[in-house]
Amino acid sequence: MTPAPLTFPEVDLRVIAPALALTVTGLVLMLADLLPPRHRKDHLGLLGLAGVVVALLLSLTMWGTDVQGFRSMVALDGYALFFNLVIGYATGLVLLSSLDYVGRQGAESGEFYVLVLFAAVGMVLMAQATDLIIVFLGLEIMSISLYVLAGFFRTRLESGEAAMKYFLLGAFASGFLLYGIALIFGVTGSTNLARVGAAVAGGAAGDPMLLIGLGLLLVGFGFKISSVPFHMWASDVYQGAPTAVTALIATGSKAAAFAALGRVLLEAVRVADLDWTGLLWVLSVLSMTLGNVVALAQQNLKRMLAYSSIAHGGYVLVGLVAGGPLGNASVLFYLLAYSFTTAGAFGALVLLERSGREAVELGDLGGLAARHPLLALALSILLLSLIGIPPTAGFVGKLYLFGSAVQAGHIWLAVIGVLNSAIAAYYYLRLIVFMYMREAADGPPTVAVPSVAGSLALVVSVWGVVQLGVLPAPLLSLAQAAVSPLLR
Amino acid sequence: MWLTAVTFVPALGALAVVLLPRDREGLVKGTALGTALLAFLVSVPLYAGFDASTAAYQFVERRAWMPGLGVSYHLGVDGISLPLVLLTTFLMPLTLLSAWHGIEHRWKEFAVTMLLLETGMVGVFVALDLFLFYIFWEAMLIPMYLVIGIWGGAARVYAAVKFVLYTLAGSLLMLVAILVLYFQHGAATTVYTFDLPALVQFVLPGGRTQTLLFLAFALAFAIKVPMFPFHTWLPDAHVEAPTAGSVILAAVLLKMGTYGFLRFCLPLFPEASLAFAPLVFGLALVGILYGAWVSTVQPDIKKLVAYSSVSHLGFVMLGLFTFTPQGLVGGIIQMVNHGLSTGALFLIVGMLYERRHTRLIAEYGGLWRVAPALCALFLVVSLSSLGLPGLNGFVGEFLILLGAFQVNRLVAVLATAGIIFAAVYLLWMYQRVCFGEVTREENRRVADLTPREWVVLTPVLVFIVWIGVYPTTFTGLSEASVEALIGQVHTKAAATAALVAR
Repeated sequence: MTPAPLTFPEVDLRVIAPALALTVTGLVLMLADLLPPRHRKDHLGLLGLAGVVVALLLSLTMWGTDVQGFRSMVALDGYALFFNLVIGYATGLVLLSSLDYVGRQGAESGEFYVLVLFAAVGMVLMAQATDLIIVFLGLEIMSISLYVLAGFFRTRLESGEAAMKYFLLGAFASGFLLYGIALIFGVTGSTNLARVGAAVAGGAAGDPMLLIGLGLLLVGFGFKISSVPFHMWASDVYQGAPTAVTALIATGSKAAAFAALGRVLLEAVRVADLDWTGLLWVLSVLSMTLGNVVALAQQNLKRMLAYSSIAHGGYVLVGLVAGGPLGNASVLFYLLAYSFTTAGAFGALVLLERSGREAVELGDLGGLAARHPLLALALSILLLSLIGIPPTAGFVGKLYLFGSAVQAGHIWLAVIGVLNSAIAAYYYLRLIVFMYMREAADGPPTVAVPSVAGSLALVVSVWGVVQLGVLPAPLLSLAQAAVSPLLR
Repeated sequence: MWLTAVTFVPALGALAVVLLPRDREGLVKGTALGTALLAFLVSVPLYAGFDASTAAYQFVERRAWMPGLGVSYHLGVDGISLPLVLLTTFLMPLTLLSAWHGIEHRWKEFAVTMLLLETGMVGVFVALDLFLFYIFWEAMLIPMYLVIGIWGGAARVYAAVKFVLYTLAGSLLMLVAILVLYFQHGAATTVYTFDLPALVQFVLPGGRTQTLLFLAFALAFAIKVPMFPFHTWLPDAHVEAPTAGSVILAAVLLKMGTYGFLRFCLPLFPEASLAFAPLVFGLALVGILYGAWVSTVQPDIKKLVAYSSVSHLGFVMLGLFTFTPQGLVGGIIQMVNHGLSTGALFLIVGMLYERRHTRLIAEYGGLWRVAPALCALFLVVSLSSLGLPGLNGFVGEFLILLGAFQVNRLVAVLATAGIIFAAVYLLWMYQRVCFGEVTREENRRVADLTPREWVVLTPVLVFIVWIGVYPTTFTGLSEASVEALIGQVHTKAAATAALVAR
């Protein structure tokens, strides 16, 4: 008896090239961390940045490819590549603004940059996953890195609290997600999104087990995108985590979770029998409204941005409710615009210090425009983009989102959305009020740390925000090209 | 290229000011003023080259901007927008000059925001693409917000935030309406475009959709006008803003609301516009009378002028919704008149404030004895504001009443009472400020007009008299466009009715 010929599954590393670039960089960083110099680690950050740039360039050069690999578990298509851009930019901006931030805050260590890179690996995998198992894998790689990062300032009580809260609630979310995947597998016999979709179309849609499974999946994603009512962790974690890490949680991890959620919705449950729009509609309205209303009452800037980020998650859900080419494309565009803006806003906070501690209270901004006119101007432009005032990325993004809702006939959703934008204007403008129209509070003044890298991060985000606001057409058509194959 | 030049010369000037060193204040002021003057000079050929015999858009520029979405960079002026463009470019240099000493800190930032504001305002009047229009409309909020919030009075932050939130809430609903219109037009014609001339051709089905769209647009514009009962932001914003801000706010920003009604509400939603005309009449009338009565009892001159704006803009709204040529032409000329008269009133209040640091009527008295020139000009401007024949205010109000009389006599009669009340509050205020004996010692040292202030006020006075004596120079600009607009409203309303009947 001759043994059956041993066949290896075909491995096409090209499919995971961007993730691979990030992983290799992360590993190199771990080795380089052992070498001198011992007390300065910002060269590791630069190295990590180089890795991110390579991953970004890879994504750009591979534009137009549409391949699957690892037995259709991972895809490298326009959708994934677009999210690679979002995640790449977010990670790059975070690395830039943390280059001297970590050391300044007395926590200089190579692991910080390594963890940021690994978190990015997880995010990229989530965007590329066409199998629920890979979704879970990516989510865990990302989340575990972020749990550690949230508690990175280990001597600070609030940082530890943030890590603990994030970890406990995140573990719950993972449990929900995994349980959902198990139920879906039980009903459809597969974790592959395409095959789940086929099974759903083939009559499994009525199975209550499947509904429960998909519902649990939604809960899991709901945690990661901090949509109401799964948002409880956000404010404390955003406040307690190091500001640069908060930026990553608010941008990259949210974009990755939306990427995975979008793909699941598009590939697995896109059938007439399973209409999720009603549920998403409710989540969207709750997130927008609660996020904005609670943000009104915040005095801590990071906490305020946490609630604002919940609200922005609600705006993105508007696009998912609308669906269709425009709806899905506007989700992609908005996440890009939002990531630029939010990473930039946190980047500005990273630069601010008051008597040696981080300046993250509203009062700390008093009279900032007089002392640091350029920084105040940059932060103001970013805030205007968060409100959605033209000509900024935020305006165009919101226009597309609400436009897609109108097109799909959800006019009231669009109306609720724009009214929410008006509410949001109040608390964003309050920052501008403090910077430009109030005098500095008593005590030592808030100063901007002279940091080349941090300023560069701010310049890049402002440039991105204005560029996307004035000439959005190229990126919007890119987003449309990215989603159209999935809508076949 | 002319319209692009008029629109963006101020923005370029703002950029130049940004690059100037902060401590060279004279240079900063000179550059800002020079830019505003240049923008005015560039806008003069618009008047010279304008063909008043046609209703078509002129100086049209059109380039694709986001072709996939049907967004284009489309500019043009007609007899409705040209007077407002010229008003804007005319007042801006005077406003900057008036702020020479009135703005005491951060002149550089002030110059930048004012010039950006000018770009936004001109852009609103010349944009012929709804997307482009909306961008200018929203973008110009922020400079005004900063002008009120940074250089304003004691309660400036409250006033600034209130101004932004009111305007934003209204205009965001308009954004949704723009999107609905865009998709309805696209679904019906398969052409997805934000182009105004194309959308105006489109006959919307009547009934609920048109009503809701009209209301969404009308709310945005009514807040800006402001029409009673959406006027409550106005007294705060006017009183707290620095003189330059008040002038621009009254002279130009309020006109954006009335212009919006003319340019968008009437031609896009003719049936709803006609249907809502009685309601607009009613609110305009309430605004005219209420504004006048509230003005009468104000102890603060600036607040008095602010409430008088509510009254004057009520006249404009009355004229527009008569749908008669006289009413519309009167409305347009009254927009310009209000810009000149109220702008000048705010300038004079600012001059008084710079001298005495108070705006309370009771603090003054007998000023004629110490500052006769100032009081003389003050008198002319007040008379123009209350509509004395021979000055500009009379022309606009007369035409409006002529239009209103053809539509509804009772409304015309009641509105005329508004003119009488205007005489009451303005003349009573003037009497208490300028006539009588000098009752307070401080007022003896009030200086008369400086040469700079003469330069600021004289051009405005020239036009106040010019429009009053020979209005045809200005009304002639608008007549063709107004006739065309009225014709369009009626044919489209008829087409909508035919659509329903079928």
